[in-house]
Amino acid sequence: MIRAADATPLLEVADLKVSFDTSRGTVDAVRDAGLTVFRGQTVALVGESGSGKTTTGHAVIGLLPPHARIGAGSVRFGGKELVGQSSKEWRALRGRSMGLIPQDPMVSLNPVVRVGRQVAEVLHIHELATGADAEQQAVRMLADAGLPDPERHARQYPHELSGGMRQRVLIAIALAGRPQLIIADEPTSALDVTVQRRILDHLEKLAADTGTAVLLITHDLGVAADRASHLVVMSKGHVVEAGPTRQVLRSPEHPYTKALFAAAPSLRSAKRRLGPRSAGQTVAGSSAPSDAPVDVADAERAPLLRVTGLRRFFTVPTLEGGREILRAVDDVSFIVGRASSLGLVGESGSGKSTTARVVLGLDRPHAGRIEFAGQELTVLRPRALREIRRRIQPIFQDPYASLDPRFSVEQVIEEPLRAFRVGTRASRRSRVRELLDQVALPSAVRHRRPAELSGGQRQRVAIARALALQPELVICDEPVSALDVSVQAQILTLLASLQDDLGLSYLLISHDLAVVRQICDHVVVLRNGRIIESGPVAQVFDHPREDYTRELLDAIPGRRHDAARVGSLAGE
Amino acid sequence: MRGYVVRRLVHGAFVLWAAVTLSFAVLHLVPGDPVSIMLGQGEGADVSNVSAAQVEALRASLGLDRPLPLQYLSYLWNAVHLDFGQSYSTGEPVTTMIARALPATVSLALLSLLIAVATGVGAAIAATLLPWAPARSLFLSTTVVGVSVPSFWIAILLIQLLSFRLGWFPAVGNDGLTSLVLPAVSLAIPTAGVLAQVLGKSIRTALGEPYILTARAKGAGRLRILLRHAIRNASIPTMTMIGMMVGGVLAGATITETIFARQGVGRITVDAINAHDFPVIQALVFFAGGLYVLVNLVVDLVYPKVDPRIVVRTAMA
Amino acid sequence: MFDTQSTSATQNAHAAVVDPTVLPAQEVEYSAGRRVRRWVAELVRQPGLVLSLLWVLLVIAWAAAPTVFTSYDPIAANAAHSLRGPSGTYWFGTDNLGRDLYSRVVFGTRQSMQASVVAVGLSLALGAILGMAAGYLGRWVDDLAMRVVDVLIAIPGLLLSMAVVSILGFGVTNVALAVGVAGIPGFARIIRAEVLRIKSSTYFDAAQASGTRTLAILVRHVVPNATGPVLVLAALELGGAVLSVSALSFLGYGSTPPAPEWGSLVSQGRDYMGTAWWLTTFPGLVVALTVLAANRIGRALERTGVEA
Repeated sequence: MIRAADATPLLEVADLKVSFDTSRGTVDAVRDAGLTVFRGQTVALVGESGSGKTTTGHAVIGLLPPHARIGAGSVRFGGKELVGQSSKEWRALRGRSMGLIPQDPMVSLNPVVRVGRQVAEVLHIHELATGADAEQQAVRMLADAGLPDPERHARQYPHELSGGMRQRVLIAIALAGRPQLIIADEPTSALDVTVQRRILDHLEKLAADTGTAVLLITHDLGVAADRASHLVVMSKGHVVEAGPTRQVLRSPEHPYTKALFAAAPSLRSAKRRLGPRSAGQTVAGSSAPSDAPVDVADAERAPLLRVTGLRRFFTVPTLEGGREILRAVDDVSFIVGRASSLGLVGESGSGKSTTARVVLGLDRPHAGRIEFAGQELTVLRPRALREIRRRIQPIFQDPYASLDPRFSVEQVIEEPLRAFRVGTRASRRSRVRELLDQVALPSAVRHRRPAELSGGQRQRVAIARALALQPELVICDEPVSALDVSVQAQILTLLASLQDDLGLSYLLISHDLAVVRQICDHVVVLRNGRIIESGPVAQVFDHPREDYTRELLDAIPGRRHDAARVGSLAGE
Repeated sequence: MRGYVVRRLVHGAFVLWAAVTLSFAVLHLVPGDPVSIMLGQGEGADVSNVSAAQVEALRASLGLDRPLPLQYLSYLWNAVHLDFGQSYSTGEPVTTMIARALPATVSLALLSLLIAVATGVGAAIAATLLPWAPARSLFLSTTVVGVSVPSFWIAILLIQLLSFRLGWFPAVGNDGLTSLVLPAVSLAIPTAGVLAQVLGKSIRTALGEPYILTARAKGAGRLRILLRHAIRNASIPTMTMIGMMVGGVLAGATITETIFARQGVGRITVDAINAHDFPVIQALVFFAGGLYVLVNLVVDLVYPKVDPRIVVRTAMA
Repeated sequence: MFDTQSTSATQNAHAAVVDPTVLPAQEVEYSAGRRVRRWVAELVRQPGLVLSLLWVLLVIAWAAAPTVFTSYDPIAANAAHSLRGPSGTYWFGTDNLGRDLYSRVVFGTRQSMQASVVAVGLSLALGAILGMAAGYLGRWVDDLAMRVVDVLIAIPGLLLSMAVVSILGFGVTNVALAVGVAGIPGFARIIRAEVLRIKSSTYFDAAQASGTRTLAILVRHVVPNATGPVLVLAALELGGAVLSVSALSFLGYGSTPPAPEWGSLVSQGRDYMGTAWWLTTFPGLVVALTVLAANRIGRALERTGVEA
């Protein structure tokens, strides 16, 4: 894998500066960025949102938005300067010498054109093939990209394909012109972990087979560590660190890189615990004996929430125009003990969010029992149910969407108190300040609106709102998946400390096993609405009984790097 | 796909039925019965000069003395056969009246739609794609002006300028193509404005979609992106407008035909409203609704060819 | 078949989320002073918008206090001065009875604007009831409301208004009601769409889960968040109502002579098309400018709504 130092790089970005014209003046998105990619090499460009990584990628392929301007620097590709190139030269280059795998497969294909034609279009544009020949080549390329039954799927429209299949189509498009470089911009962030892994595996193999270099743009350090031989870390428009992956991971030099590594959940595995917990509360910790049977006895003693045989079906339209029944939640049972945490894990469509909605009372089950503190919720009258509901509060996935944009922070947090007529106006206001303090926000933010807060701050506000009524159970639906990794770490720490301080129970819904491992005592693995496996976190994670659980665990990004590190340590 | 077609057919039939029922209901539920409205030109009018016997005779001849449900059923039955009775004012069968006036209005509507589509699409593309920003905004403002000017005013301005001043076209009348030009143009301008605005906005929206980035990354040029990707997607919201556009042109014909003194369905409408000639008005409402349903049915059948997602989406709705 | 637009809107929202150029929220500073300054800066950059606002203010003033703007009587005839062209004395010229056209336009403003405002008010009120019920209650209420809207849409607006006028009788008030009826489906649909959008939002779920009662959610969350798009439509519809009211008046269903009204002024001037061009040109121009201004303001509202 070690290249001769004197080989000419395929791509060389130096001192790149990109700025955006906005209504509030010019903003520098990228400042003095530099990176080098050699032929056949995979380089990862890592950073959080707003770091300038995508802008850098778009500058390389000449697809910056109209209000962006390259202020300085050079982008050399195969020895040729690209900055200032004519649009005709760019068109000849794009698709032929350089391919792009865009961010979101769900919206990146033209919805009204059959996917086969969308692949063939590359061949038409660059006059590599025409007519029926192009269509046939497109089918072959879709097969190469790992699309099953390519003959049939080539004649279908994007909405008839799953997200993973659409991403394979986009890979086929990017590779159709046999480019020397592929820019993969968060190619799998919108996909489930197991799909993500298969696609990245396939892309890696294709790149190796064809000798294509890959510039992999990602926010996920685990993905970067697994896939790239070199890392380039960006922060606030600057490249803060670059080098061979192993070297950067083993001894990060820049403080930002260190912080990023410390925060990345996929590269750590220990459960987040602040102080020592009182005995008898935790059923399973990270040090629990792995061969112990499922120890739910402790939780049984005082179950806060007991869900039995829960079912929720939906009628959904089929592509043929008919209807079919989707068993979103099918016979799901679990227990959440007092002051403990249960994780519901699964990929999209597993029924985890529907389960959460049913427990929250936002949706009705078709069958099953939901007992909270010994009371059966499904048979309660609305008034009594409402009194119970105040003891169960939610935290939602997207803090950008869960706060009414027209409310001030104070109004948001006060809303549950108002709804239950708790205290006077003045006492509620002081409670809001207390809650803000609890989630480590300055009380000055209470007059701001959600748009004036960062994502992490908004999620803290959402947590404060959930705590306002002093609930016993908090249902966290993907509480950190919309946040940057460094912010994720802070929010998870906050959740852990609140649990210790207030004796809360969590029902945590997540697709991210690393997050579950950090917060939960028990875990339930869901797939297609049914329970695959359940038990204490340590047991399920370290000794999974089911193949599916194993597959999920193997798919966590960063695993390869961990294995490599273990290997290298053993060798030393 | 068959389910989709059936659903659209049922929906169209429902709309027609509801339009007929509504016009029946409104006429019979409004205070004052049709005869007194007809005789007295509106509520509160003095009907004392008409003898009670005359009123009763009129009632009987119009079938208004029968029980309401029966009236409704026979009305519905006749409507299915396109029989709307006789005009109160001329005594002629309504359907014959409308059929006679139809050709003039259809030719006017077709020519004006042709002009509207040509200029509207042209303006939308110009307002989106001209390489020079001031030219783009000029075309954009033109479309706004197009939807803002009253069509009767345009018609009058055109007559004053092109007929009276320059003498290029006749100001009034039904004869030949030259007399059709001014009415068609004045009728086309608001339609073209609306079309250009909706299409232009859809093109701009489409050009911002991520799949355009994918196409650009393939090396596609400006023209290919516009023709193969943007316009096809942008035409989808525009298609839903076509039914309303056709209806709008038909309704606009009332004003245009009045100003240009042309015989046509629009003139019949205005005359019927002035005379409170309800059988004619009901028939016109039915025909307008029927035209809308028909045009939309055609659009619905073409839709899946342009947007393959539509079959699924309507199944969900 | 009307879902297309809302779908593309959600796709846009999606595109906005992945837009790499979106600035992190914390970098944007907000304060009341800044907001006002940005607003002023925005206005200066859009002279068309400033002119539109000024024109609307002028029209409102004409309607409120016509005597301030003209000293001529709009109704009293002055045969000696009939059919004079525009001049320093008679800005818009005079009609066949020698009445000052400018005064007649100014005095006609109140009727035209009142009718238009009443029409939009009616459309908004009934559309809001229909749309709110459909969006919020869902199920058969939604089906029923949307079928009513389908039928109203199927009949061209102008024809619908004319039919309503023929039943209610002629007169400015009835014209206003008729135009209002034709505007119901537009409001009903946008309000339903907004309610559905807000209902599917996470903050709606959050409010429900934290125990807020249905009515409180409607008042505190749904109404304020739906206001923006509805306001935009109201501005655009006001322009449309001015057009429809003047068209119906032009056809002679509106005000009774000699009281002036914009549309009927054009209609009256039609008899002198060949000799007195000003009689039709100026009232029509005033209508066009008013509609243009309403459209311009509506579009500006739309843009700021997107930004906020």
